[in-house]
Order: sequence, then structure tokens, then C-alpha cells
Amino acid sequence: MAYHKFDVVIVGSGGAGLMAAMQLPNASIAVISKVYPTRSHTGAAQGGVAAALGNQEEDHWQWHMYDTVKGGDYLVDQDAAEVLAQEAIDAVYELEHWGLPFNRTDDGRIDQRRFGGHTRNFGEGPVRRSCYAADRTGHMILQTMYQTAIKNQVRFFNEFFLTDLLISDGRCAGVVAYSIRDGEVHTFHAKAVVFATGGYGRAWSITSNALACTGDGMAVAYRRGIPLEDMEFYQFHPTGIYRVGVLLSEAARGEGAYLLNNEGERFMQRYTPTLAELAPRDIVSRCIVTEIREGRGIAGTGEDTTDYVYLDVRHLGEQKIREKLPDITDFARTYLRIEPITEPVPIQPTAHYAMGGIPTDLEGQVIVDENRTPLVGFYAAGECACVSVHGANRLGTNSLVDLIVFGRRAGKHIAKQLATNDLDFAPLPKDPESATRDAIERLHSNTGETEGPIREEMRTVMMKLCGVMRTAAGLKECQAKIAELQERYRNVRVTDPSTTFNTELMEVLELGNLLDCAEATVAGALAREESRGGHFREDFPDRDDANFLKHTLAYRDDEGGVKALRYKPVTITEFQPKERKY
Amino acid sequence: MATATRVTEADRDTQTVTLTVRIKRTQPDEGIVGKWQEFRVEASPLDRFLDVLNKIKWTQDGTLTYRRSCAHGVCGSDAMRINGHNRLACKILVADLGTKISAEPMLGYPVIRDLVVDMDPFFAKYEKIKPYLINDEPPPATERLQSPAQRERYDQGTKCILCGACTGSCPSVWANREWVGPHSIVNAHRFIFDSRDRGASERLQILADRTGVWRCRTIFNCAEVCPRGIPVTELIEDVKRAIVYGSPDVPTD
Repeated sequence: MAYHKFDVVIVGSGGAGLMAAMQLPNASIAVISKVYPTRSHTGAAQGGVAAALGNQEEDHWQWHMYDTVKGGDYLVDQDAAEVLAQEAIDAVYELEHWGLPFNRTDDGRIDQRRFGGHTRNFGEGPVRRSCYAADRTGHMILQTMYQTAIKNQVRFFNEFFLTDLLISDGRCAGVVAYSIRDGEVHTFHAKAVVFATGGYGRAWSITSNALACTGDGMAVAYRRGIPLEDMEFYQFHPTGIYRVGVLLSEAARGEGAYLLNNEGERFMQRYTPTLAELAPRDIVSRCIVTEIREGRGIAGTGEDTTDYVYLDVRHLGEQKIREKLPDITDFARTYLRIEPITEPVPIQPTAHYAMGGIPTDLEGQVIVDENRTPLVGFYAAGECACVSVHGANRLGTNSLVDLIVFGRRAGKHIAKQLATNDLDFAPLPKDPESATRDAIERLHSNTGETEGPIREEMRTVMMKLCGVMRTAAGLKECQAKIAELQERYRNVRVTDPSTTFNTELMEVLELGNLLDCAEATVAGALAREESRGGHFREDFPDRDDANFLKHTLAYRDDEGGVKALRYKPVTITEFQPKERKY
Repeated sequence: MATATRVTEADRDTQTVTLTVRIKRTQPDEGIVGKWQEFRVEASPLDRFLDVLNKIKWTQDGTLTYRRSCAHGVCGSDAMRINGHNRLACKILVADLGTKISAEPMLGYPVIRDLVVDMDPFFAKYEKIKPYLINDEPPPATERLQSPAQRERYDQGTKCILCGACTGSCPSVWANREWVGPHSIVNAHRFIFDSRDRGASERLQILADRTGVWRCRTIFNCAEVCPRGIPVTELIEDVKRAIVYGSPDVPTD
């Protein structure tokens, strides 16, 4: 057994994890990552990071807060949205001071552009709020943070895979991780642990997410008795590359791109006249599916997971496309062999972002119930966490804001707690690595099938029955299927016995994590008999505030499966829920 | 880069081909080092080479080992030598590779297993050139100003995803593993020519020594293989000029 002792262990080296790491100059810290840090999925974010700097036109953080609350269909905790919108401004300046290469205005300030759902004066029309670096803003954020982490001499454990969370005496004591290089199991004993482990888009067959986005942190926490919040709210981004799922940023529509059906019609003007293509993502995805079902997809088949519509940038002109959208147009050339300067690009909704996750308070502390009881020493930030600033639907550019604002708050809170000696080492549980070792041993000695079919069946059923539109019958079928796959997973076999870089073992462990996340997602979706934001029930098409203006908490049974769904109230401060129209 | 063969979305299901894929295997547990193994696999011309590797791993041989993550050319995990050229497996399609494809680990790196190489020395060299903004002047309450022309000056280097394709294709690296390699110079360039940075002289000093820029023999392999289209050799020449002239030419406004 390899034993390490640090004040703080951060799991995940994307934007949230590195932002937390940077707040802890006086602590001994370790950042554990299953990939080299620059491979983290933050780097795939394209369009921008929202902050009401007002560099291009009048803007106020209160407007940003309002848009976030409305965009989230009023399921947003408004105290969190206030923090998000207010602190975004400072956090963006901080990144600029670290060297982030933002695009610039003619007078040398950070350039800003339009993005879906971001408006001036409480919904009057689009506003320029997204700070950006071409269409590779996430890449620049990740590189800049990694560079600054090198400057600050942060200690990294690269290619270490999280396997367990250690809890004793009701406090967090550390984590267990598996070294991919040599197969050794390591115990990290810590006063505080931060999960910044990202999302779980790989549970769906069409996704923008990296192969590494497998909900590891969420599933590990869930298996240790921590609930997962609002998992039924999963965002489908409207413009994924047809069949490949790779994202074509909303920045395209921010710069003026059109969505066209098979009649050549800009159909979004019919649904949301004020914002048209710049309506929030949940709405645009539903409109695309509606167009397809009504026979106006390009192929005209009416089949919503196999038909598509067009994203058209041709009228923007070659120069603007090359300057503002170089990467995404390159994706269309590479993966579809289409030249976006002269041809429209086939797109379909793609599984993109988890609004839900590990419940936290405003300081990033994980809470374990509807009374907001914290688990001392355990923090989460970024996509794996649910604070909840995104509510039922996240606005574009708010994910990067979430990372930098709440990654920073988690780090700062830990720094403060350490300084006042309010955090200490909890004793390690007896034989802390036993669960990890048992699980790995079982996978090697199992005699069942290999993981491939289980994974593909999960992804297909989630796409078909727990996608943009859902019904009770479909969700029940999906739930039964996931339960069957969980059962088969218990006997899944790893064929590769090696302890050196065993990626088959990693993929099998990741599949287990995905199944746990999927199970919580489907349970929440089935119980929520209303439509709100990213969760749309064809059998309950209206929002039902009387019964469902509340957050879901899904608890796992020790034997597997969802044990209970409990509910937590939404924090409402400034903006009373009203009908969401654009 | 290979020129794009004309295939369309409609070919994805109809034009499947049988590929012969030769992979150079290293399996340390079994004492296998650099042994070629052949796989036959069905693929569509629009499949990424990464899709082909996944298909082999998931249906034929679970021990096949390679890194991958984003699968669309932005994370830099899956750089490898494909048909003799360093590429990202997720950014090259079967249509451009033919029906006989070879894959091996990048040259110039210690091999851990199969197509996985040890990137630690690569990142250590990157760290050596101080790849972070150096500027001790107290920052303003808002952003530091930078004109579009100043921003454009260092744009190319900011695209780097640290995949290692350039460094693994460089004969000077193969000959001398001590030298910093093109990736380090690209990232040094990104800061040396940034109007907000004050560390140019420190970095130029590091790059002027015997493991620095002068080991570059302008072979241009690096620029040819860069999956981000960075004109790597030009940036290296830019840094050489800055060393000769004593300071970088950064636009003053």
C-alpha cells in the first residue's frame, strides 16, 4: 500500500480543480488526475465565459443573474446565481492577469459576444456578455490554469484513477486511487478533498463529451451514501455534428448562424421570435426534434435520433468564419467532409452537460440531505457538482463561469478553514483500500461477458428513452434495461490481467460509474411528472410549480439501485417564478 | 497532411471497407517489445482511426493499449505514428489512410505499453522554458490592455495542445533527447511575444544554450505534422531572431 498525506487532495485537473488548487498557496496539496492535466475536458469548451464586464455595451451582473435563473426555468438556487454573476467579473479579470489570451476590442479590452439566453435589461434582447478566445476559450482557460499551476509548483499525480472516497467519524478522510501506470493502489489521507471530476455524457450514444467523461466522482460519492441532485436535468446541446456528436459551438449562432429545416426555413423564428436561434439550448433542442418529428428534418424521416437539420454559417462570410469560428468549421471539414463556407452543416442534438451532480452549498461543501447538512472536509465543484446555478437548464458560457467561480470559492473556503484549524485529519477507516482491491480482483476473476455490449446497450437506450423528450412508458423501459445491465455488469470480465497501463480495466470501472449515474438520472426523470428546462415529459408537457419546484436528491441502496428520492426546496430571493418565454 | 478524399455522410454505412491494421505491440508483462501484429477490421471511410482502434479493442483484443479522450483533436491524448506520420488518431479518417494501415508509438519517447509513451520528459522540458506569464507589476483592477495586433502576434503558439507530435517527429530530438524540442519553443514563443509578459530575456537565455533553439536544423517535420496547423518551424525561427537581435519584436500598440 502506498500512503500519502496532504492537507488537501483535489481530484480532477480541469478548470474547477485547478482553480481550487490556486487558492491554496500555503497548504500541501495534491491534484490527482486520470489524464495528463491538459487533456481535461475543460479544454473542449468553445464559445466563451460569461461576465457582465460591459466592455461592448451596457451590462450588469443583475441581468446575468436574471438570465441564469430564467434560463434554468426557475429551478436555480438564486443565492448561488447571485454569487455566480457577481464573482464572474473578478474571476475573468483574474484569468486575464494570469495571461489568458482573450480576443480584444479595438481599444484593447476583452472582446465580448452574444450567446444563447443572455439578454439586456431582463430579457429585452441579446447582449454581448461572453468573453472569448476565438472558439477555443476552454482550451485557453485550461492551458492558462495549468501554466499558472506550474508557476505555483502544484504537485500532480497524473494517470491516477479515483476509486473510493474515505469517510470516518462522519468526516471526509481522503480518497483511494489506482495508479494506471503500474497498477498500484494508493491511499491519500487529507484534511479536505475536492471532487472536480466532470460530467457523464458518455452514458448517451450521441455526445459531445470526451471518452473520459464517465461520472467517476459522482458515482464514487453516490456509492458512499451521498445523494446525487437533479440528475434528470441533463442538457442536450442543439448543434452536435450529425452522428459524431462533436460540438459546434453556440458561438456560431452568437455570430449570426441560422438553423434551417428541409424547407430552408429559419424555423426558430417561429418558436422564439425575440431570440430566434439564440434561445436557450433546451428550447432549441426540442424545436429541432419537433421539426424532425413533423417531417421537416433534412432527410424527412420523422425519426428523431437519426434525422438532422442544418446549421448554416455561409452568410457570415469567409473572413468572419476564419477569424471567429476556426476550430468548429475545421471539425465540419474533418468529420463530415463539408466546407461550411459554402455548404450548410448537418447537426443534431448531442448529450452535453449535467446540470445535476453532487449537492453543495455556496462554499463548495458537499451537503448530504435536504437540511443542507455538510459532510465536513468534502467539497465538489464544476460539472460534477450541483450548487445549483444551472437549475433545469444551463445557459451557454455559464459552465466555464461555474468552474472558475465555485472552484475558487471551494479553494478559498478550505484555505480559511485550514488557517483557523477548523479542518483536521479524520482517522482513516480500517483497511481503506479493501473495497478497491476487492472490486478489481472481482473484475479479473469474473467469468461473464466483456464490457463492450453492456456499454453500447446503455448508450443506445439512454439516447432513445432518456433523451430530449421522455415519457413514463419509455422511462420505465429504460429503468428496467439499466437494471438488467447493472445485473450483467456484476459478472463483467476484464480479459487483460496486466498491471501496466490496463486501459480495459479503466474502461470497465468507468462503465460501472456510468451505469450508476444513468440509474439515478432515470429514477429522477420518471418521478418528475412535469416538464422544466432540459427535462421534457411528453405526458406532462407543462411546468408544475405546485408539485415540482424542488430539487431531487437520489440516494443509492447499499445493494445497488436507487433506494429513495427525497426533495430539497429551491432558494428564491429576487425573481418569482413565472412563465418562461423568449 | 493528406488531401481530403471526397466522401460524404451517405457513404458512412454503404461504403464499408475491410482494413488490415498492423500495430507495433509492446507488452512488458510478457516481454514483448515492438512486435508487429496484424488485425482485420471492418470500417467506414468516415470512421476516425481512433474508432478503428476502439473497434479492435472492444471486439477483438482488450489488451490493445492507447490513450484517448476528447476524440475530436483538442485534448492531445492520442498522438501516434500512423502510416509513418505522427497524427492524432481521432483527427484522421480511414478515407485518408487506405486499407492497409500501420500504427506505432511516436519515436523519441520511452514506450510504456503498445502505443502509450511516457510523456513525463516531454512535460519536464515544457516546464523548463517557464511556460507562464511573468509580470510582477501589480495588475489593474480590470484587464491589462492589449491591442488586437499585440494579441495576434503570439496567436499561433496559443493553439498548442501539447500532443507531442512535433517533438516525436524531429530528427534533432531523436539524435539528442536532452534538447528542449519544438513544443517547448512554441510555448516559449507564446509568452516571449506576449506584450503583457516580462520574462522574455530569461526564456531567451534558456533557449540560447546548447540544448536550446540552435539544435533546430529547420527540417520542418514539426510543422508538417502539427494537428493544430501551427507553423512550428517559423516560430522557432522567430525565437532565433529574438536571440540574435537581443529582444523580441512585439508590437508597441
